[in-house]
Amino acid sequence: MRLRLQVNGSQREAEAREHESLLTVLRERLGLWGSKNACEQGECGSCSVLIDGDLVCACLVLAGAAQGRDVRTVEDLAAGEHLHPVQRAFVDAGAVQCGFCTPGFIVATAALLRDNPEPSDAEIREALSGNICRCTGYGKILEAVHRSAAQGYTS
Amino acid sequence: MTLLAGGTDLMVDLNFGRKRPEHVVAIDRVPELAHLERNGHVRMGAGVTYTRMLAEDVGSAALREAARTVGSPQIRNVGTLGGNVATSSPAGDTLPVLAALDAVVVLRSKQGERRVPFAHFMTGPKKNVRRADELVIGAEWDDAGPAQTFMKAGTRNAMVIAIAGLALVVDRSRKRVGVGLGSCGPTILRASQAEGFAAAIFEAHGWDRHLTPSEAELKEFGRLVATAARPIDDVRGTAAYRRHVLAVMGERALSRVWSMT
Repeated sequence: MRLRLQVNGSQREAEAREHESLLTVLRERLGLWGSKNACEQGECGSCSVLIDGDLVCACLVLAGAAQGRDVRTVEDLAAGEHLHPVQRAFVDAGAVQCGFCTPGFIVATAALLRDNPEPSDAEIREALSGNICRCTGYGKILEAVHRSAAQGYTS
Repeated sequence: MTLLAGGTDLMVDLNFGRKRPEHVVAIDRVPELAHLERNGHVRMGAGVTYTRMLAEDVGSAALREAARTVGSPQIRNVGTLGGNVATSSPAGDTLPVLAALDAVVVLRSKQGERRVPFAHFMTGPKKNVRRADELVIGAEWDDAGPAQTFMKAGTRNAMVIAIAGLALVVDRSRKRVGVGLGSCGPTILRASQAEGFAAAIFEAHGWDRHLTPSEAELKEFGRLVATAARPIDDVRGTAAYRRHVLAVMGERALSRVWSMT
């Protein structure tokens, strides 16, 4: 089916096959490879995006059901070469190891800080509980979120 | 025709090629399904998400506790009550609560509305009495007051399918105790002997009073909860562990709600 939706502020059109997820459309039709494809069952959070402002796993969104929606991917965060404060904080804290989970963590962190600019450790852990880092770099990730918050970041 | 609500169950089947439905109807943007009313009696639309259950007063503390154990923020933002009910997994986290609340599932088709007590709704793992032409439009229950809780055993706090789940509701004004058990049988089970045992204690001491249960009473309640289970060994845990953890959760749940009035 022909899919029309807002992606990162632009009106986009793409062909979506039956049973295909929004993640597949983002990566394979629209060339947005920031959202990663890993578990395809909503377990790992690597494909986290915002739909109409809500943090969701793009792999669990049927592409056809995203018709007309506002989708924001990790590519929406940096302004050209200028990193978003959350991205900068992840780099500065050394919160990136293999990097595969990083885009998902960054999107989830941006969503957390938008709603809760000064989260506690427990709140961060709960907000990021749907994102898995197989390098187990959680200590640095936690530090990166605190750094972002300390910079007074709000969406 | 396959219905798509939050997608957290159906999309996994589509992504892994386990289902190839000819027609999928997305009902996630039907505003009529997102209603939530409470004035002593709660009517919750099928489209209410777990995130909303946490953000709003949903007329059941146990339901909120159950919603908080579901998946992750990403899952809770899209997963719905109706999806949990219609999928009817024995591990569905809201389902022991609906059982303990004596909730009614509301179904609608072109023929009209049908109201099925939750106790008669589920017939097996992922099986229920919904007909192909019917839509789960919501669930209803009487506000049972504050003395209620939900407990879940799993390997971590987030992103976990329950090894066992338990909801306990002590409705002091209606003088009834409800105990719903999840992940320990082919359907959600009621621990009716445990319910009767606890109700008798409340009856003897007064339903509206703070009480301190004896160790022996708590232990017996836990034992009766565990005997209601019909668990199996599976990838998440053994039948023996499920019985053990249900007894522990039963005991803790009763000691937790005992003082709530």
